[in-house]
Amino acid sequence: MEYTLLILLLPFFSFLFLGICGKWLSHKTAGLVGTSVLGIVTILSYMTAYAYFTAPRGEDGTFATLLPYNFEWLPMGNLHFDLGIMLDPISVMMLIVISTVSLMVHIYSFGYMHGERGFQRYYAFLSLFTMSMLGLVVATNIFQMYMFWELVGVSSYLLIGFYFTSPAAIAASKKAFIVTRFADMFFLIGILIYGYFAGTFNFVEAGADGQVVDTMGQICGFDADAAKFIPVALGLMFIGGAGKSAMFPLHIWLPDAMEGPTPVSALIHAATMVVAGVFLIARMMPLLQSFGTIGGHTVLGIVVWVGVFTAFYAAAVACAQSDIKRVLAFSTISQIAFMMVALGVCTELPTGHHHVGSLGYMASMFHLFTHAMFKALLFLGAGCIIHAVHSNEMSAMGGLRKYMPITHITFLIACLAIAGIPPFSGFFSKDEILTACFAYSPFVGWFMTAIAAMTAFYMFRLYYGIFWGTENEELHAHHTPHEAPLVMTLPLIFLAVVTCAAGFIPFGHFVSADGQAYDIHLDWGVAGTSIVIAVCSILLATFIYIRKRQPVADSMAEKFSGLHRWAYKRFYMDEVYQYVTHRIIFAHISKPIAWFDRHIIDGFFDFLAWGANALGYRIRGLQSGAVQKYAFVFFLGILALTLMFLLA
Amino acid sequence: MTIDYSQFLSMSEEVSLLAVVLVLFIADLFTCGKEERALACATADGAEACGCSCCGHMRALLPVVLLLAQTIFILCNISTDAQAVNTAFGGMYESTGMMTALKATLNVGAIIVFLMSSKWLGAAENRIKQGEFYTVTLFTLLGMYFMISSGHFLMFFIGLELASIPMTALIAYDKKRTESAEAGAKFILLALFSAALLLYGISLLYGAAGTLYFSKMASMPVNLLSILGLVLFISGMGFKISLVPFHLWTADTYEGAPTPVTAFLSVISKGSAAFVLFTILAKVFGAGSGFFGLWSVGFFWIIVVSITVANLFAIRQKNLKRFMAFSAISQAGYLVLAVMGVTEQGMAALVFYLLVYLAANLGAFAVIHVIEQNSGKVGIDDYNGLYQTNPKLAFLMTLCLFSLAGIPPFAGFFSKFFVFMAAFNAGYYLLVFIALVNTVISLYYYLLIVKAMYIQKNDAPIATFTSDCGTRAALVLCTIGVILLGIVSAFYDGLSHLAGITL
Repeated sequence: MEYTLLILLLPFFSFLFLGICGKWLSHKTAGLVGTSVLGIVTILSYMTAYAYFTAPRGEDGTFATLLPYNFEWLPMGNLHFDLGIMLDPISVMMLIVISTVSLMVHIYSFGYMHGERGFQRYYAFLSLFTMSMLGLVVATNIFQMYMFWELVGVSSYLLIGFYFTSPAAIAASKKAFIVTRFADMFFLIGILIYGYFAGTFNFVEAGADGQVVDTMGQICGFDADAAKFIPVALGLMFIGGAGKSAMFPLHIWLPDAMEGPTPVSALIHAATMVVAGVFLIARMMPLLQSFGTIGGHTVLGIVVWVGVFTAFYAAAVACAQSDIKRVLAFSTISQIAFMMVALGVCTELPTGHHHVGSLGYMASMFHLFTHAMFKALLFLGAGCIIHAVHSNEMSAMGGLRKYMPITHITFLIACLAIAGIPPFSGFFSKDEILTACFAYSPFVGWFMTAIAAMTAFYMFRLYYGIFWGTENEELHAHHTPHEAPLVMTLPLIFLAVVTCAAGFIPFGHFVSADGQAYDIHLDWGVAGTSIVIAVCSILLATFIYIRKRQPVADSMAEKFSGLHRWAYKRFYMDEVYQYVTHRIIFAHISKPIAWFDRHIIDGFFDFLAWGANALGYRIRGLQSGAVQKYAFVFFLGILALTLMFLLA
Repeated sequence: MTIDYSQFLSMSEEVSLLAVVLVLFIADLFTCGKEERALACATADGAEACGCSCCGHMRALLPVVLLLAQTIFILCNISTDAQAVNTAFGGMYESTGMMTALKATLNVGAIIVFLMSSKWLGAAENRIKQGEFYTVTLFTLLGMYFMISSGHFLMFFIGLELASIPMTALIAYDKKRTESAEAGAKFILLALFSAALLLYGISLLYGAAGTLYFSKMASMPVNLLSILGLVLFISGMGFKISLVPFHLWTADTYEGAPTPVTAFLSVISKGSAAFVLFTILAKVFGAGSGFFGLWSVGFFWIIVVSITVANLFAIRQKNLKRFMAFSAISQAGYLVLAVMGVTEQGMAALVFYLLVYLAANLGAFAVIHVIEQNSGKVGIDDYNGLYQTNPKLAFLMTLCLFSLAGIPPFAGFFSKFFVFMAAFNAGYYLLVFIALVNTVISLYYYLLIVKAMYIQKNDAPIATFTSDCGTRAALVLCTIGVILLGIVSAFYDGLSHLAGITL
């Protein structure tokens, strides 16, 4: 597995090459370099996955965790920071997801970014992002994960602000960076606390005889006293994860991040980076299950309730948005919340083949996988539409199904998948999540089912708004919308095929809570209910939105104008943040600190500089240039030292 | 009495360097024919006309290649056991892994100096004495080798003199330039003055201890004789390292000497002396002896005064080389900070600091030198607007200055950090605090240069030019050092494994 290092190095070199030499390359060459490197990375990732999952299982029926690389980077007393590559089922699964979606986005961007200024820079940043994301998932320790976590944040910042001449993009990139950094601060504190009490940052370590030692498993064996503050650390880490994965109330950056180029939204803000928080929780799962209790509340319980609320909140907002990328953004938040809930309901350590309590782990990872594919498909489809009509607003669209058949069909497949209609992939993964939720508590189960119904509703509202309904006469007067070029539709077709097929992957055989093979059984009670509800929602959406005029929708919006307005304004969350930051923090905390800094701190250093300057002027006579004087001072120095030594 | 000549084998570092010097000396005699020399002497660009440029390149390249080979040779034979001491001639000569590492570091510095000076030495007025520059420089280096590896005060003194007397020739290398000659004169006068006092101190120590072997002097009684000896020793070393108040020669000499010589003086000469100060203090006046408290207090004040006074003077300088002189005095204060407490951690911190300082300071001097060569300007005001005309040089200069000021993530931050850690762990809290405050002041004056290059407007900035290959190679080496030495933890790790105080 030595070649796994190339998976990280190749995109990094591609970033350096495109970043440094990009301005001398033509657009086509730069794009080809970036894409072909990513192609190689994808092949390597698939080879890794094939080799990993076809290797014989160990005696306990699990796939062995591999550690192809691990070296000590910085020793710090008895702690040390390592860098390396760790392969276990979820990291290998993530390699597949990241490289596939990233390759699709690289190909797609050829068409979407055609002729943009800074095309080479765009591909350089894409490579940087891919490298960081891959590094994040194969991290052998929490600190390496944090480093790549921040790199992912930086590349996300760079890509959101790609159109740096647009004030909205600049504001959005800053917002995304600041909000996620704010959350990462807690993550870092959590890591440091964890390192102090656990005595290591490593998930696994290379043992003396070349065996891989499960460090985290050993920490799980600590008694409650030794591990007193580890639950707190885990809670802080969850805040970091919630920031990156846009959980309420740290979700506010994700809708704005849609200012970036649409393929970037597909890659970073739908399929890969935003699920980093989910991945983090999955990675820390053994610890969370062993001792994750802060003052009577389990951290996983907090994860469940944050997830449930976020899923509902985002779905409600998504029902009222008119910008198609915002609808997709809120849908992403809602779906990631589904994954979080699924992890949160994993309450029991798996024992034997009893999977009820730990089904959520597999379900969450499965949903992560399928969601990445169909959500990337939705975003790329949205990109084609925006490319055709030059607007994000649903009002500018309508009736596009005739003009863009491929986009239409693939978009419909993705909508059916996210709505949970069999045989599309989303059905299978969502069904597992709902089953896990019902096992946890019937309330959570029914609530999540209701949110699944809302999902089906707003997705079809979006679908009908784009492809059916009134055609935009004004737009058609200029030019007729046309299907996107082949480089853009090919990724759509590929992802649509994956979306159709992914549900039939025996996912439990690759990833499960205890690592043993697990056959996915559909619980037809849950599945049947969710299908019926999803179909009803779709029919309702059809009834309301399919026609050219939408009297029902308009009258409902009027009748519940307050509610509609609140949802449209995203329940004023941004305004709340504005109020808290500007009125409270800036006015009452930052201002006095700024005054202190400007007058007291700066004043002190100004005084220091002024004093140094003045003193320097006074003593300049010492450096006169006369050798005899120098010798005299030399003697004085000796005299002073002698006196000092004799008197001491 | 017969000498066992096989003992020379255990001095392989010195012997190999001597071999390099001799090869260069002979090569210099035979590479370029007499006619050519005469021609070069007679007409300014005569050598160019007779196609001697290839020969000139070889003359510049040969010392670099030989010294590089010698560096690799001594690094291959480095002993990795921190406690192992390799002695010869009855303890006159001692060598440890750390000393080898330091010698290799000094070699790298000399290589960078050779690289940056290649074009200057190839110029018509210097070509005739090009070979001398190399041999004389390497002779001073040989002196430093002996000084580092000495196990006896007389050996140390011989090494010291071998390092300083050829240095005078180097400082006065531009003998037709008055400033260079003046700087040489000032240096030799004060160097002899301090050497005489140092020798006097050594004789007093001999009187007190009855021996001059470091290993046997640890039990020396604390009395007037030995204290005066210690004071004179400290003042002599203070002169070499240019610590206040023994520093007054520094600014004049640095300003007058040719820039590559200044660079050599500011890093290599100073660095070797600081290391020797460390070893002798550890061996002779070590932590167990009654002198420890005395010199601790003495160096406390010397460091405080050195850093502070140098900073105060640096702020007001108008000439960049004088500015660098005061910067170097202040850096010497930090270097000696690592000596405090004479711990193993301090030893590793000292050599690491030296390594980083070497990269940053030589980088800065390479920029100053190449600009001086191409425009003749060394004033700080002349650098106004440099970024407009020579952005790459301005950028590299900024990197080096940031490293000197200790701004992360450049290596200078790490080296200062390790030195402060060493002094802090040895218990010198107040000293570390004062040094920290002074880093703020130093940041101020380093940034003045950056401000001049990037922000200040200038109607007639230094014209755009392309640097020669030698300078470029030197700058590349220094930049790599400034960026990587700190981040790649292996360097400091390796040094801390080698650090061991052996008596």
